[in-house]
Amino acid sequence: MIKFFLMVNKQGQTRLSKYYEHVDINKRTLLETEVIKSCLSRSNEQCSFIEYKDFKLIYRQYAALFIVVGVNDTENEMAIYEFIHNFVEVLDEYFSRVSELDVSFFSAVPAVHGGESAEPIDELPKMCSAREPQEACSVSTPVC
Amino acid sequence: MNGFGNKKCEYLYLMSFHIQRMPAPIRLRELIRTIRTARTQAEEREMIQKECAAIRSSFREEDNTYRCRNVAKLLYMHMLGYPAHFGQLECLKLIASQKFTDKRIGYLGAMLLLDERQDVHLLMTNCIKNDLNHSTQFVQGLALCTLGCMGSSEMCRDLAGEVEKLLKTSNSYLRKKAALCAVHVIRKVPELMEMFLPATKNLLNEKNHGVLHTSVVLLTEMCERSPDMLAHFRKLVPQLVRILKNLIMSGYSPEHDVSGISDPFLQVRILRLLRILGRNDDDSSEAMNDILAQVATNTETSKNVGNAILYETVLTIMDIKSESGLRVLAINILGRFLLNNDKNIRYVALTSLLKTVQTDHNAVQRHRSTIVDCLKDLDVSIKRRAMELSFALVNGNNIRGMMKELLYFLDSCEPEFKADFCLNFLITTVIIANTCFHCYVFLGVTAGSYVRDDAVPNLIQLITNSVEMHAYTVQRLYKAILGDYSQQPLVQVAAWCIGEYGDLLVSGQCEEEEPIQVTEDEVLDILESVLISNMSTSVTRGYALTAIMKLSTRFTCTVNRIKKVVSIYGSSIDVELQQRAVEYNALFKKYDHMRSALLERMPVMEKVTTNGPTEIVQTNGETEPAPLETKPPPSGPQPTSQANDLLDLLGGNDITPVIPTAPTSKPASAGGELLDLLGDINLTGAPATAPTPAPVPQISQPSFLLDGLSSQPLFNDIASGIPSITAYSKNGLKIEFTFERSNTNPSVTVITIQASNSTELDMTDFVFQAAVPKTFQLQLLSPSSSIVPAFNTGTITQVIKVLNPQKQQLRMRIKLTYNHKGSAMQDLAEVNNFPPQSWQ
Repeated sequence: MIKFFLMVNKQGQTRLSKYYEHVDINKRTLLETEVIKSCLSRSNEQCSFIEYKDFKLIYRQYAALFIVVGVNDTENEMAIYEFIHNFVEVLDEYFSRVSELDVSFFSAVPAVHGGESAEPIDELPKMCSAREPQEACSVSTPVC
Repeated sequence: MNGFGNKKCEYLYLMSFHIQRMPAPIRLRELIRTIRTARTQAEEREMIQKECAAIRSSFREEDNTYRCRNVAKLLYMHMLGYPAHFGQLECLKLIASQKFTDKRIGYLGAMLLLDERQDVHLLMTNCIKNDLNHSTQFVQGLALCTLGCMGSSEMCRDLAGEVEKLLKTSNSYLRKKAALCAVHVIRKVPELMEMFLPATKNLLNEKNHGVLHTSVVLLTEMCERSPDMLAHFRKLVPQLVRILKNLIMSGYSPEHDVSGISDPFLQVRILRLLRILGRNDDDSSEAMNDILAQVATNTETSKNVGNAILYETVLTIMDIKSESGLRVLAINILGRFLLNNDKNIRYVALTSLLKTVQTDHNAVQRHRSTIVDCLKDLDVSIKRRAMELSFALVNGNNIRGMMKELLYFLDSCEPEFKADFCLNFLITTVIIANTCFHCYVFLGVTAGSYVRDDAVPNLIQLITNSVEMHAYTVQRLYKAILGDYSQQPLVQVAAWCIGEYGDLLVSGQCEEEEPIQVTEDEVLDILESVLISNMSTSVTRGYALTAIMKLSTRFTCTVNRIKKVVSIYGSSIDVELQQRAVEYNALFKKYDHMRSALLERMPVMEKVTTNGPTEIVQTNGETEPAPLETKPPPSGPQPTSQANDLLDLLGGNDITPVIPTAPTSKPASAGGELLDLLGDINLTGAPATAPTPAPVPQISQPSFLLDGLSSQPLFNDIASGIPSITAYSKNGLKIEFTFERSNTNPSVTVITIQASNSTELDMTDFVFQAAVPKTFQLQLLSPSSSIVPAFNTGTITQVIKVLNPQKQQLRMRIKLTYNHKGSAMQDLAEVNNFPPQSWQ
């Protein structure tokens, strides 16, 4: 089960955070700083899965932005790794050449729902824009 | 014209109002831009506070137009870590609004800010209920999302019916959201699971991948929670297999393609569900065999996606009852992963190998060299995995080579590994070979503080067993703590050894090393400094004090000093220490005659299974398991004989869990005479009239079997129908045994004795003692009283619990002591007439 989903930049500023289990607000900032610290200290050759307390962290770096997903033991790490990439691809597709700046404006994370799973990423446009709901966009990949 | 003029006036009129009011709240984007310009944390905080104040006043004005915007900003600030609880009610107002944009932000806010700990969340229930029946599917979707995210149990109970209805709808958008919402409902209120059962019938018939995916998630959740559901859903296996097959065989489909594989996420989910369904079930496992083989061979492994699927497949194969060919395929896949350059894949391979090493040991052994190489990897996660796996792979054949590698690893690894390393190390070597002793002492000295406290008793037991190494050990340990006694586990072991083998230390008998010249006073000095030191914990101090006490029988010149030390601690603040000191004092004064017997050398302990992580007895690929006998201390204290012992022990890996005789010297003292009489039989009894024995340091042996015995309620799981016997009948005293067997633990027999007295005078100070052969364990509980009243007017009852793991014939020797007619009586008897049902 996915416990949290973070997008943090290299300076440690949280661009996006979504928690699927309740975490106190002051603990969240602590968690985020610790997580980003452990991710930043890794080099390129090291693997993307870190064991942190009782979570597993799966992270991926895109330019100056780290996307970190915290999961519990039962998840397939590689599938989550792929999911992160998928997520970014969709953002890219929708916002066309998404950058860190754009992510700040993106305030909803409907793709991951209840810590579990998927709804097609095509819902993203519907959720975050004020426009009329539109047809599913081309990259409507179900995500887990 | 007039109209236009009027409009202009109106406009100016209204404008004047606007100018007096607050300016319109800024948009979220601008807020973000502003915050990003902040250069320090303080600046950012200032900006946020200003904006919060503006938002708060706007909320107070009940401004409907801008509420949405304000809440959006509030959510952003909340995400940055600032408190935003004052927005909770506003979210509720937004949810109640009719505009979609308002609802959207309202629900989002509810998901982020509210949870079941706030009372206001219940106010949402009605809104959600209405929205679940809304005409627009997107509003319904929002409601489902929110309920599935933060619904409390009350909300879930109220709304489960609606969710179930939506699960049956034909709209796939709603269906998949409803499925996820149902997952949440089931998590919160497991009793509602049955409600969703009928709706699941058609879930897998969907074409829409989104719905398929979420349905599989729902089914997984239900199967994990309820074994009945699991049995029910087993019939879905063929359907799942078919879906998976279609996914693999189908050509390129742009909608679901990820790096060349069609909907890998759904594939992974289905594989996971198949794993749960196939576990422990032969039929399902057989149905899956083909598709698993197909997935394993056909998946492209050039990209991460393919590897993710393969990983999930391997996990599934290992978990279900797959045929051996498939298992070999799985392990080979893992082996291929290990050689891959990508770190992630190697990590994942090591993790899975760890899971499978118990069952497919030989197959994993083939990859041992690669695993050992991974010890040298730079990555922390990989190193940890490799270390655990290496320990699991150690067996008698490769122990030499592996140990070398592992010790090298210990030198170079990070501190947080050391504790785990040491524990694993001890456990592994205990199981494999009761030697490699030099390794231990080396280990203890170098990594003393990292050894976990529960490793101390294990180490002590090993030391006792290696009799010829005592002198060397105590000398080495003494030297180790001479300079530095801060590492508690090391100091504890050292103190214990010095207490036991202090005489060897002082006499300079060491053959392994250059013997050092130590006087008794020096030894006492070090022990006393351990006692005084601030760094010593209470436990360590206890060890030290007892060691000092033991030396009173081993040292000759310094007994007075020891007496003095012990009496000082009689007034120590530490209660444990004080008790020990007072009792030792008593030993010096009143019970001096017992002191030497009480404090004599510990006997060699029998092997125990450790209570560490590897509770399962690992044969680690050895053949010919033979029950491990207690090795008599080998003569000729040569280190090379240790290596030979290794070979001897190779065959003996099948350790029968024999609990050590409780290493108290109580029987040695009070029951000394008994031992003589009873010969080779183990004595455990409760000598009620023994003097208060000094608390000899109890090695906290993991006597978990006996613990289990004592915690069982007495007359539980009665397997009745075992005839009772008269164990003893003489001189008017009759003792009857009644039996009970536990259904939960068939090696336990509970015997209740009833002692009755048919003479005309009472029997007082009645003590019942029992002894059983070595292969049994006995536990005697307190008797109901110590007086057997005359004329059979009453009985003494006492409970004996016997552990008979080898199901041998029960034999017992009993000893009875009592006062009768003014004289002390004593009798011994053997009880042989146990009915077969009591021990078979």
